[in-house]
Amino acid sequence: MTNLPRSLSQNPRVLRLARILLGASSLALFLLLWEGLVRWQDYPPYILPGPGDVWARFLAAAADGSLARHASITLVEVLGGLVLGVSVATLLGYLLAKSPLLDQLVSPYIVALQAFPVVALAPLLVIWIEDSLIRTMIVAALVLFFPVLVNIIAGLRSVEPELVAMMRSLQATRWQMFIKLEAPFALPVLLAGLKIGATLAVIGAVIGEFVGADRGLGFLINLAQGLLDTPLMFVALFTLAAIALGLYGLVSLLERHLLAWKRAV
Amino acid sequence: MLLTLEHVSKSFGDPADPLHALQDISFQMRRGEFVCLVGPSGSGKSTLLRLIAGLLRPSSGQILLGDEPIRGPNPRVGIVFQASNLMPWRTVLDNVALPLELRGESKARRYEIARAQIALVALNGFEHHYPHQLSGGMQQRAAIARTLVQNPELMLLDEPFGALDALTREYLNQELLRIHRAENVTILMVTHAIHEAVWLADRVLVLSQRPGVLKADIPIPLPRPRTEALFTDSRYLTLVKQVRAHIDRPTVAGLSSKMP
Ligand SMILES: Nc1ncnc2c1ncn2[C@@H]1O[C@H](COP(=O)(O)OP(=O)(O)OP(=O)(O)O)[C@@H](O)[C@H]1O
Ligand SMILES: [Mg+2]
Repeated sequence: MTNLPRSLSQNPRVLRLARILLGASSLALFLLLWEGLVRWQDYPPYILPGPGDVWARFLAAAADGSLARHASITLVEVLGGLVLGVSVATLLGYLLAKSPLLDQLVSPYIVALQAFPVVALAPLLVIWIEDSLIRTMIVAALVLFFPVLVNIIAGLRSVEPELVAMMRSLQATRWQMFIKLEAPFALPVLLAGLKIGATLAVIGAVIGEFVGADRGLGFLINLAQGLLDTPLMFVALFTLAAIALGLYGLVSLLERHLLAWKRAV
Repeated sequence: MLLTLEHVSKSFGDPADPLHALQDISFQMRRGEFVCLVGPSGSGKSTLLRLIAGLLRPSSGQILLGDEPIRGPNPRVGIVFQASNLMPWRTVLDNVALPLELRGESKARRYEIARAQIALVALNGFEHHYPHQLSGGMQQRAAIARTLVQNPELMLLDEPFGALDALTREYLNQELLRIHRAENVTILMVTHAIHEAVWLADRVLVLSQRPGVLKADIPIPLPRPRTEALFTDSRYLTLVKQVRAHIDRPTVAGLSSKMP
């Protein structure tokens, strides 16, 4: 049999190229509109800098090392907050999903706290915690805590009772039940929670830095605002977005890897 | 005797207003026996199997495995559920090896045993497939292999082929008889199908409508190995009729009382 030539639109390499071209052209369009707006309205750079101004400021901040210094502080805070928030949420989520008594005792507070503006706690933490790095991690952890907790509880509650009975019939220990059944079963929901958590952690870290810090990208935004260095504010904003996107991408990669079985055909 | 039930009763729910699922069930099973359990829907067949598997405790009476009362799940008893209950994120090989993994066997050892059981249920070549890549019948065969891997003395099957089409069912029943012969395992199987029960079993137990009591214990003295030739055999047909006579017709009242 001869190989039929596949139609161009089905070729995976053509498809990937098309996707890259699409992404690149939408970015180009965005920059063009931005530049056009600045020229048309003739904004001064301290009101709205053009892409060129921001790029130049980025190169300067990258060259003198200040951007890397602030970005790495924020990254540490984000990662610390993520690890702290997700591990406490996992632990509490497991206990709540397992113990009806604890659930009845604690759940009303969780529901109430979900509506609570956690970010408003940040100034209070300034009084309580001196170290700004640790304080910012805690703010980040607080911001992502409830959405992630809710996801984890939902994931663990969705475990099929028949699979639990099967595991019990094999005399699985509590730990085996968790690590071999509940964790993998809840994994898709947990990863979805982690994606939300990763972006929320960035927001939390910025808030933490806003209320009192002398380092980090949130601090840099405040600083640049005081100096009317608007291009630097944009540089910091884009770097924050890059961190959030990078983390989101990492979790997506992890997801692709861990849930690869779903794609087996 | 491998299995002894003495005056076993089970009720669910509020003790003030209990739902009696099973009442005063007593019977015994010899080693190597193949027993089928039939009865109308809601008569407590699954409940009885879960009691023997140690997943539920009887409300009264006792269940002995050999001379030992059953206090909980036990490696000597394996259960196959109506749904295959395979873990979708595990390959067939890892699903079948699960009982050994939980027992802490080394990877090499558990794969060796699992591969042998996979071959026994004729799934070789599918070791690295995921459950969603298998047909329903293949999934059930994997579930049976997973139970066999534990090397149980008593294997409980709860309508294992209930969701499959008639031809696949017939084929898998033949496979089950082959495994019963090859592994010399004792089998207690729940089924809705009377002709299937008679064809497979040494004895057929009949449960009544709720509360389930043991209505009949009918020996099936048909020679083994059983073949399709039996389907037209007059002794077989008489036995099917005999079992059918003991089964409560599902009444509208009986069915609606099952509704919560
Ligand atoms: N965990 C439980 N809690 C309360 N009631 C239960 C429970 N398990 C079973 N029952 C009740 O016990 C009765 C017997 O149920 P069981 O599942 O054993 O019936 P069955 O014979 O297997 O029926 P089917 O043929 O439909 O599978 C039913 O009325 C059912 O509602
Ligand atoms: Mg049942």
